[in-house]
Amino acid sequence: MDTERALAAAVRPALASACPALRDGDALDAVGGVTPSFVGLPASTAEASALLRVAASFGLAVVPRGAGHGLGWGLPPTACDLVVDTSAMDQVIEHAAGDLVARVQAGATIGQVASVLAEAGQQLVLDAPADATVGGVIATGTAGPRRFRYGSPRDLLIGVTAVRADGVVAHAGGKVVKNVAGYDIGKLLAGSQGTLALITEATFRLHPLPPAVAWVTAEFGPADRGAAAVALQSAAGSALVPSAVELDWPPSSAQASSRAPRALRVGVLLEGTLSGVAERARLMSELLASAGGSPAVAVGEAAPPRWGQLPSPSTVIRVSFWVSGLAGVLDAVAAAAAGAGVRPAVTGSAGAGALYACLDPGTEHDATVRFALSLRERLAAGPPAAAGRSAAEASGSGGPRGPRGSVVVLAAPAPVLAAAGADGVYGPVPGAPLMRAIKDQFDPDHRMFPGRLAAI
Amino acid sequence: MGSIQALVPRMKAICGAGNVITDPLELRTYECDGLTAHRSIPALVVLPGSADEVAAVVTECARAQVPFVARGSGTGLSGGAMPHAGGVLIVLSRMRTILEIDPVSRRAVVEPGVTNLAVSKAAAPFGMFYAPDPSSQVVCSVGGNVAENSGGAHCLKHGFTVHHVMGLEIVTPAGELTWLGDGTGVTTGYDLLGAFTGSEGTLGIVTKIVVKLMPLPEVVHTLLAAYATTSDGGRAVSDIIAAGIVPGAIEMMDALSITAAEAAVQCNYPAGAGAVLIVELDGPAAEVEAEVATVRSLCEAAGATEIRAADDPAERAVIWAGRKSAFAAVGRISPSFIVQDGVVPRTSLGAVLATIASLADEAGVRVANVFHAGDGNLHPLVLYNDASPAETLAAEELSGKILDACLEQGGSITGEHGVGVDKSRYMPKMFNADDLDTMQLVRCAFDPAQLCNPGKIFPTPRLCGEVPGHRRAPHPAVAAGQAEIF
Repeated sequence: MDTERALAAAVRPALASACPALRDGDALDAVGGVTPSFVGLPASTAEASALLRVAASFGLAVVPRGAGHGLGWGLPPTACDLVVDTSAMDQVIEHAAGDLVARVQAGATIGQVASVLAEAGQQLVLDAPADATVGGVIATGTAGPRRFRYGSPRDLLIGVTAVRADGVVAHAGGKVVKNVAGYDIGKLLAGSQGTLALITEATFRLHPLPPAVAWVTAEFGPADRGAAAVALQSAAGSALVPSAVELDWPPSSAQASSRAPRALRVGVLLEGTLSGVAERARLMSELLASAGGSPAVAVGEAAPPRWGQLPSPSTVIRVSFWVSGLAGVLDAVAAAAAGAGVRPAVTGSAGAGALYACLDPGTEHDATVRFALSLRERLAAGPPAAAGRSAAEASGSGGPRGPRGSVVVLAAPAPVLAAAGADGVYGPVPGAPLMRAIKDQFDPDHRMFPGRLAAI
Repeated sequence: MGSIQALVPRMKAICGAGNVITDPLELRTYECDGLTAHRSIPALVVLPGSADEVAAVVTECARAQVPFVARGSGTGLSGGAMPHAGGVLIVLSRMRTILEIDPVSRRAVVEPGVTNLAVSKAAAPFGMFYAPDPSSQVVCSVGGNVAENSGGAHCLKHGFTVHHVMGLEIVTPAGELTWLGDGTGVTTGYDLLGAFTGSEGTLGIVTKIVVKLMPLPEVVHTLLAAYATTSDGGRAVSDIIAAGIVPGAIEMMDALSITAAEAAVQCNYPAGAGAVLIVELDGPAAEVEAEVATVRSLCEAAGATEIRAADDPAERAVIWAGRKSAFAAVGRISPSFIVQDGVVPRTSLGAVLATIASLADEAGVRVANVFHAGDGNLHPLVLYNDASPAETLAAEELSGKILDACLEQGGSITGEHGVGVDKSRYMPKMFNADDLDTMQLVRCAFDPAQLCNPGKIFPTPRLCGEVPGHRRAPHPAVAAGQAEIF
């Protein structure tokens, strides 16, 4: 004990000399129920590097933190001695408007970056909360509706600076959009949830702000799920260049309380010039109406309710799939929900093959686990092929098909995570042994957010 | 070499005797890729016909500790597929089946030897296309595109290969078949798909590729504008971007490359032009019409001496003929040339072009400029006579100085051709030792024995030592045998 106390007494001054903005952790800093001993707020990449070198020398478990939106998602850390908070690194370092590129510190918020870029009529196309940090959005791989056209953070990130577990500062990429020099470490860090390194700076590709936007929505009755799927597929495959193709399928209780039952909403975002968007919205309305099911089609200049937002759920299960199997996915969700006795709200970028099944906090833990496992089992066999699958199938040599989607529990109450186990949380993850090898190379002592990512 | 000879019967058993090449004359035909300046004759060439055969071949190499290099169509321009003299060259050209097209999912599954253009051709009946379009798309393979993260003229708007690859089946350097990504573009765990794409064949061999298809644009409109100088053309480029327009492609050629193209394919570009700019706009008719009008007026305002427009495929082909033939055309006016692939921020284009011109004058070397102006990717063609050692040296020195000029502007040594063997010596100018060390952690994770395309990208290989054994207390799920932490 004495040695431990002496060690602990040595840790604080060493950390503080590396990073003067150091304080004790408290209950508000807890990550997945684990309260850190220290919280450091480095002001620069150099300070962050010094801080992580000291942490390494004492073998401390480190959890990087942005705004904290994603900290409660996923498995809790097995240990958390030091939280590294990026909020003191909050500068937009450079906005090269003529190059459509911006370099920002990891702690800058999405809202702050957006307001700087908007002055030049530009944007960083990441659909995330205004108070989320750039570093957090990259680390969690957060993507909203516009992933359909622009992808996720990994697709917009062109350069990155990060501090490794051992304190070494590494750069990759650069500040030009087109660049294939060296391995793309930025891709590896995007979505790595702080388990490989601390992101301190990022350079992004930007896009012009569109002069006009319109949302085209089609609401289908509960009996017309199939027609809704066809309408969505038509929108996603159209040459009208939608920026987002979303599905919103509230739980049965919500539709019962609504006077006119509107079971499923297909929502399409169009961006462009004023006249162009008006014309495309007209054509998109016709397209959505032509799928059958007599939907109520509307065009609006404001986002429809719940656009790009998950309900405030306790459990979020992400389903990814090939879009031709959408109707089968919806059937599987309905059947798994009925079997487990749960009422999921289903929403997300169905046009990009990603949906989120959200369960409210009142849901029984056992039922949640049953639902997730049943859904995965139903989809593992592969959703039934869409009607009219092309003749090109005939040219196939019928080799192993490979994965066509996944069912992953992104967030859930601790008892659900514990009951499901990593196997139940993730299901099969392609390339998991290589991921473990990557982790071993970047963080051989497993001190960066230990326990957060796990795979079988 | 002894161990290589011992591999021959095994390779014949795996791939069939007819698909194993040992004849010295035949081996010589594989000595280089599209970059002929770097050559090395492989000890053995094998042509596997399936993913399982690739896995078996790699397993044999790993067991014998023999280096191996994968090769698609061999059109690469950085020596990425240059063979290892003591190793096996694995040629994937027999694996060229398009396995599946799912137009509703906008996905195709192809083998690595399928050519880039074949994907778009197969998708066309469904109103779809495969967006990355390197100039060599008629012959280059999708597997090679994945290795190099290939771009093309239209990646300005539609992105690079990495943005269009949704899943990969690979053979790891240990010889195991595995998938990366779940085929949808959604990532679980680390983005190995993103890390693998563009790794230049150093992390494994691709055996199946799931690509994203896109709906063919409703309309495509191409403008050609002639200018007195490249800086006038450059001004038009800046103005177009500043207007909030992202064209499908913006390409520029200077006077020397126009002259060469004219002689080669009679593209009939405006006579006496100091530069031509090609701007292609694609998308919904309702948007493109307005964009064309804006671009046309911006091109005029920047001092265009002539503007031509094309909106049908035949007319567009005429405009593109000169640009697409440029590299080959330059080969007709010079015995030899070096293609550089440096990138600069778009706003630095004018400054860098001026630097290149003065460097070329100083060195007494001719440089033809053909470039992707929209994304600042320069392709200076440094002309020389390879029969003259002095000229060769001068050309090489000038090429290096051009890359230095790009890096001074905050650019990159390669935008789409890759590092390969050709530019590994420039990597330390762009990245410091820690950066390169960090990148090679990925190499060590995939290929600790460093048998997979060794000697490429990195000037100095990292030793992949044993990982230290220190571990913290295990996660409860691990302790309970439910999980392994990564």
